[in-house]
This record gives sequence, C-alpha cells and structure tokens, in this order.
Amino acid sequence: MAGFATGAGRPLQGRGGSPGFRFALYAILSIAFMIFDQRFNWLERAHYVLQAASYPVELAVSSPVTAWRWVQNSFATRDSIEAENQRLRTRLRDLELRSMRYDALAQENAALIGLRNSLPPVAQRWLPAEIVNIQLDSLRQRVLIDRGSINGVTPGQAVLDDHGVVGQTMHVGPWSAQVIFITDPEHALPVQIERTGLRTIAVGVGDATSLALPYLPANADVHVGDVLVTSGLGGVFPPGYPVARVTEVHKDTVQPLAHVRAVPFAQLDTDSEVMLIWFRHDSPAAPLKEQNGKLTRGDRNIQPLPAPAKLQAPPAAAKKSAAPAAAQKPERPPI
Amino acid sequence: MSSGSSPRIAMLKTVIGALILTLLPLPSWLELIRPGFLALTVLYWSIAAPRAGGITLGWICGLLLDAFEGPVLGEHALALAFLAYIGVREHQRIRSKPIFQQSLIVFAALATYEVVLFAIDGWSGHALTTPLRWVPTLTGALIWPAADAVLARSYRPQT
Repeated sequence: MAGFATGAGRPLQGRGGSPGFRFALYAILSIAFMIFDQRFNWLERAHYVLQAASYPVELAVSSPVTAWRWVQNSFATRDSIEAENQRLRTRLRDLELRSMRYDALAQENAALIGLRNSLPPVAQRWLPAEIVNIQLDSLRQRVLIDRGSINGVTPGQAVLDDHGVVGQTMHVGPWSAQVIFITDPEHALPVQIERTGLRTIAVGVGDATSLALPYLPANADVHVGDVLVTSGLGGVFPPGYPVARVTEVHKDTVQPLAHVRAVPFAQLDTDSEVMLIWFRHDSPAAPLKEQNGKLTRGDRNIQPLPAPAKLQAPPAAAKKSAAPAAAQKPERPPI
Repeated sequence: MSSGSSPRIAMLKTVIGALILTLLPLPSWLELIRPGFLALTVLYWSIAAPRAGGITLGWICGLLLDAFEGPVLGEHALALAFLAYIGVREHQRIRSKPIFQQSLIVFAALATYEVVLFAIDGWSGHALTTPLRWVPTLTGALIWPAADAVLARSYRPQT
C-alpha cells in the first residue's frame, strides 16, 4: 500500500477530496475519539446518547424472539405450569426454612462482634431486570438489560441472579444498560475461598461456564469443590456473595502457579432475568470504595477490633496456653 | 459514467439489514462463525459505488457498530473507514476479477480490518487474544459470493 496518496492517479473526486485525504481525515477523527474516550472519559455522555439511540434498534431486533417466548408461554400446558408451580413452592419452602433462623443468627453475630444491635442488611434495594435478546459481541460476555438511568442504574453496579454473582453494569443509557459478566475475558473479580479465607482474583475466560484463578501459587490450599465468595475488595460487591465452585486444580511442581478453574453459580448462559442491587453504603459490610486513592468504608464510627496482644511468655508457657486456644478453634455452626 | 439514480436508499436498506443480522441472537456455535455483515456491506458498497458511499459510509457504519459493541468509541469507525478506503482505492481492480478471486481479495481485506481491530483492542487495554476472533474473517470471505449476489440485487448501477 502506497501510503495515503492516490498513487494510481484516477480522478476519483468527491466532495471531500481524494479517498486518501478523506480516509486520513476520518482516521484522525476516530483516533481523537478513542483518545478522548480512553484517557479523559469525556465520552461518557456520548455513550449515554448512543445507548439511548441504539435501544430502539435493539428492541426491534429482539422483538421476534420476545414474541416467540410470549407465544410459547401463553400456550404452555396446564401440566407444565402446575409442575413449575410445584417446583417453585418446594423451593420457596426450602428457602424459608433456611432463612427462619436468619434473624436469630444476625443477633448472635452482632453479639459475637460486640455490637449493640444487629446491622441493617447490606442490600438496600433491588430491581429485577430482563436481559434483552441481543448479541452484543460474540467473544466478549456482555448483555443488554432493560433498565437504565431512569431506574437509578449507575455504571459499576452489582448484578446478581438467584444463584450467585452475574457481573456489573458498564455503559448505562436512559432505558438500557450493558452488563459485563464475570466470565468476560476483561473482567476480574476479587474473591475469597470460603473454606480458608484465601483471597485471590477470578478472571473470566470468555466462556459462560468457566472462571480462571490464575494467581494462586502452587502451594495454595485449594481443592476441587471449594466455594468462592466475593471478598468485598474492588468496590462493587459486598463480601460473602457466592461466585463459583472450584472444579479443576492442577498443581505442576515445575510451575510456580497452580492452574485452577471454577464454574460460576450464576446461570450465565440461560438467565433471562437478573437482579440489580443497591447497597447501603453506611453498612460496614458495604463494598470498599476508593476515593482520591484512599480506600474508605462508609461508617467511620465502627472501629476495627484491637489486634490480640502478642504472648511474651517462654515457649513452655506458650505451649500450655496454646492448647485451649486450639480447643476453641471455631467450627462451622450448623445452619 | 452517468450519475443515475442514487444508490443511497439501497445503501441505507442494506446497512440496516446488516445491522439486524449482526445483532440477531444466535446459538453459540453460529455466533462464533457469524461473519461481519456490516463490514461486508461496507466493502461491497465501496467497490460497487465508490463515489456514493465510500469512506464516509464506512466511518458512519463503524460508529454505529461502536454504539453496540466496541470497547472504545471510534474503534470500528477507524477500522471500517480503512476497509472502505481499501475498497475504494482498489475498486476497479477488484470489480474486474472473477468472483472466486474476489473472495480471496476480500479475505485479505477483512484480515486487514481485523488486524486494525486487534491492534486497537491491544493498545486500548482490551486485548482479546483468542484465535476464535479470526474465524469471522474466513466465513466472511466464504460468504462473499452470496453477499455480493444479494447486495447486487438491491441496486443496479447504470453504466
């Protein structure tokens, strides 16, 4: 290719000059767009407008599928509806049984932490959102939902389904928002292994049923079947939400890092409805937010407990006192 | 070459059609091999009617695509403007070739387009290195004869 000049000398005139000239013009314009979008975040407004403008098109494209679903639903047989009803009722009963002792446990927990009252639940408000049937990008795990800034959605908001963490919102328009799944290759989620408390980062691999844990050392205590929960770092999710179950652990003695894969709890490839959650930011369990490079947590009144004093006793005495400590090793309370 | 009736209306129609095909939800294996319909449309118009649409059409279509899927605004705009530039520059040479050879040229052009996207993805920190991203380039070249036939029906230039 001979640069931008029209080397062939064909008089291919347009109103905007030669194709090379016009291309150069558009190239500069596009590069300026990219730089402003990337460096200065000036185009958040443009994204908002684009989301607004593209939403009717997206709705129109998804409408045949939506219509088909509606037809399927309205012609569902009585039997299948009854079966579903039965299943849901069973599920509801199980969940109610499980949450029956929730208040008592919350009180007990508050007593253990040393607070006078139990803390308010960290989730303040939630809103179901429907996934619009549309393909945004086949290699990136992103979807469009039918809730936007008029519903109070902001970028970087937590999205869950009834099994676990789904992802977070990215570009938000007035009526719609793009959600990036935790399995997107560009998404990294700070997690914790529930059994051991070991913190690491779960990275998407571009497949809706797989997450990678690339930063675990080969000697890390991780087993197949371990449950990963959010660790509360990262500023989007509060700690303790279920993320995935470890399904594959390869430890190669030659490699410094273990090869660990996990399967997300959220049904990312079959979900048609997700939940947007707003968190109470004055709750101590709220996700950490970063402000001016400093991590702050909502309530300043709640101080961390003082660290236990170090034992300065001779080894014999230390051994003696270590025995009851071991006996008090916390066991998982049966729920 | 007489001006003839403007192909703008046909362009608009085909671009909308291509956009719908791009956004249509498909089963996951079909998704992976889905060719870049909008890129094919832009390439077709820049070869068939370089004066009417050309680079401007490519750029506008790219912005449209960015609205739906680009990680950075302007990425597809630049790549599609470049694709249109290749088409416009070489339109006479490409047009005179038999359809099979055209497919090969289209493959090269689409590969260049994908390289531009790949580079911008990497520079902007949204790198997507899976080899699957190159599959649409191949399917795009394979589908070119069909796309050419369909798009040619939408507008016949009076030569």
